[in-house]
Amino acid sequence: MRLVIFFVMALVLSPVYAGPVVTYDFASEEQEALFNKLSNELRCLVCQNQAISDSNADLAKDLRDEIYGMLQQGKSEEEIVEFMVVRYGDFVLYRPPIKPMTWLLWFGPVFALLAGFYFVIRIINKQKKAATAEMSSEEIERLKTLQSEAQAMKQAEDSKD
Amino acid sequence: MTQKINNQSLLKRLMPLIIFIMLVAILAIGLTLNPRLVPSPLVGKPVPEFELPLLNTSGKLTHEDLKGGITLLNVFASWCFACRQEHEAITQLSRNGLRVIGFNYKDEAKDATAWLRQFGNPYQLVAQDLDGRVGIDWGVYGAPETFVIDHNGIIRDKRIGPVDEEYINEKLIPLVEQIRSEQA
Repeated sequence: MRLVIFFVMALVLSPVYAGPVVTYDFASEEQEALFNKLSNELRCLVCQNQAISDSNADLAKDLRDEIYGMLQQGKSEEEIVEFMVVRYGDFVLYRPPIKPMTWLLWFGPVFALLAGFYFVIRIINKQKKAATAEMSSEEIERLKTLQSEAQAMKQAEDSKD
Repeated sequence: MTQKINNQSLLKRLMPLIIFIMLVAILAIGLTLNPRLVPSPLVGKPVPEFELPLLNTSGKLTHEDLKGGITLLNVFASWCFACRQEHEAITQLSRNGLRVIGFNYKDEAKDATAWLRQFGNPYQLVAQDLDGRVGIDWGVYGAPETFVIDHNGIIRDKRIGPVDEEYINEKLIPLVEQIRSEQA
């Protein structure tokens, strides 16, 4: 048992971080923050589900170098994003711009949520209505006879005592 | 009257099934799409400006050299397995008179030379992009990729992945014919 625990701990505690380890020197903290922001928001095209900040792919490394180089030249965030989009398209952006092509992507979930609310409210209203529905005249008639019958039975029982 | 009510309630009861089928259809279409095929924003634009050394000859290849006729710019590398797969198709296109220029991406000159010697050289010229810097300007993110460039130096199509018979017949040949008719 101890051996098992040992192996499990060894597995859990071993340093498994295998991200890229190249370090860059930045002129200022803002520049470093911008570099981190950009490389986290731009998608690696080779591995697609990773940002270029945490991809080990060769191209991701090149693009990190490219971003670093542009920051050193004093390029702005917009200029760097523009550089990437011109070459690789909106696909490199983890936050695609809002335009007719992406409306469904941006507003679809909100629409689905509202549609869900609408249907839930409709169903609840319908059930409420069914619970408080008015009786027909036949039903009222039948209720009256039942009530008077019950009354008569009770009176008969009372008079027995 | 009752018939109509029955129809309505039937539709209502089938609604979840209909929605489910629609959802399945949308997801099924999504599954058949290949997420690797990222449409290039460069299609319809002029080729990016560049200057690269040529493999095994002196001289340079620049964006100006890509104007004039219809050119196929084929991004390849000796380390790229799928490039071997398309090599025969590329060779065939070159034999049929299409101008095919090689774009040797992130490779070593001696590896590329050996590769071309082994499998045959279908390229009129081979430009060397050793560090992949020019490749970034072309939006290259893997090999093989193939650009179709018209006589004005406009990129007309980008093929991501190996060029195969299907691509040649359904896309390339009609596109080449279209460009030729524009030229005339």
